[in-house]
Amino acid sequence: MGLQAYTGPGWLLTKAEQLINWGRSRSPWPLPYGTACCGIEMMCALAASYDMARFGAERPSFSPRQADVLIEAGTITKKMVPVLRRIYDQMAEPKWVIAMGACACTGGVFRTYSTHQGISDVIPVDVYIPGCPPRPEGLLYALLKLMDKIQKDHPLRKQVVEALGG
Amino acid sequence: MDNWVIALIKVVFIWTWTLLIATLMTWVERRGSAMMQDRLGPNRAGPFGLFQPLADGIKLFTKEDIIPEKAHKILFSLGPILFALPAFSAYAVIPFGDKLIVNGKEIILQVADVNVGFLYVVALGAMAVYGIVLGGWGSNNKYSILGGLRSTAQLISYEVPFGLSLLAVVLVYGTFSLREISLVQQGTFLGFLPNWGIFKQPLGFILFIVTAYAEANRVPFDLPEAESEIVAGYHTEYGSMRLGLYLFGEYVNMYTLAALMVTLYFGAWHLPYIDMSKFLGPVSYGIASFLVFFLKTAFFLWLFVWVRWTVPRFRYDQVMGLGWKALIPLALVNLFITALCIQLTV
Repeated sequence: MGLQAYTGPGWLLTKAEQLINWGRSRSPWPLPYGTACCGIEMMCALAASYDMARFGAERPSFSPRQADVLIEAGTITKKMVPVLRRIYDQMAEPKWVIAMGACACTGGVFRTYSTHQGISDVIPVDVYIPGCPPRPEGLLYALLKLMDKIQKDHPLRKQVVEALGG
Repeated sequence: MDNWVIALIKVVFIWTWTLLIATLMTWVERRGSAMMQDRLGPNRAGPFGLFQPLADGIKLFTKEDIIPEKAHKILFSLGPILFALPAFSAYAVIPFGDKLIVNGKEIILQVADVNVGFLYVVALGAMAVYGIVLGGWGSNNKYSILGGLRSTAQLISYEVPFGLSLLAVVLVYGTFSLREISLVQQGTFLGFLPNWGIFKQPLGFILFIVTAYAEANRVPFDLPEAESEIVAGYHTEYGSMRLGLYLFGEYVNMYTLAALMVTLYFGAWHLPYIDMSKFLGPVSYGIASFLVFFLKTAFFLWLFVWVRWTVPRFRYDQVMGLGWKALIPLALVNLFITALCIQLTV
């Protein structure tokens, strides 16, 4: 017989991965980081008639240890950059980031000495939402996109490959 | 040998049942709060969002387990365990039904009929505060310490009226055993009322329910984790399943306290004016008593959610004022009146 080539992850591993991905995508607890007017739209998305809680994105926790999705809603000034980085570092893996609004994505209209031009060079961003500010539907759409992204993740395969020394 | 097997089945049953109800309660709480805020609440995971607790559990279990660098490692890991363990074991002495007769063998629907059942529940309820204080202290975080200390201050203001209101119940029934208290609540009181504890202890019940909310750290007494004041209170630094144990233990505590309310004040498994054991077979009577008991408990579980979205949080000094200036004198008056009535009638 001899050694057989490693052909794929196998049934058990993929099913376990699907289950984990399902759990993670159905319960993305947000960390609301509203620094400007986008924060108002984010609150609106959490409240009645838009209700982000339908997707399990409930219990907005202001402690970064307990959150999964950092919703960065608003302008990031240069003084805010280290704070944002620190908050992101304090979050537990796996973690995701939604950059909400033109300011978070690119700096927006604030092309000034005090504003950081987009948060993507401070923390890795998963989903960008354009708009100034984007409507709550925009945030919901971004959340659904993020859930799709989580579904495509391979949480166990990475660890198996690392354990095999790959 | 048979008794061992029966005891084991009862233990396993009540464990899984308690955990199942606590899990479902997280869903009820989220859907209930959504209902009161004109939202829908989680409805995407499974039918009506019923699998939402499962998704949360999977997520919490597979999340990175962080112990902060400056935290006290042992106390930090001990906190959630000390909180959840008393919560999980407190249900042992509370009945969940009357009795089941299978093959001529009588099975009491209670894990252990301890003759000091009361003291056991009160002692374990007070133990939970160690989990909060140690977790808050071990986190080495200012918000956590504030949350933990608030919890101790809250404990000394509600635990005395809690104990005094239970003591009045003991005076009425003359026993500490929760099964015996349940059994004597059959029949009618003064000829027209159900023979339930609430009609003998109306003031005692109000004192008990107020202090029970404080015991479970529920709104309006959720000072240890007041999220608008001190981030997340004692569990600010906790993530992953350690946080899960804290959140879950709270719901298990709620279930235990709701069952205690039913046992002491709402006639346990007895229906008002109807004696189920007269016209039901031995097995169906056992199941019916279990269901009646559970339905009553479910109402009080719902009351926890109801109150949460009705009453705003008390301020720190208001809780102390309420405990020391209102609840303790009232509890003493209640105890005195109860003792006087019993002395005059016996």
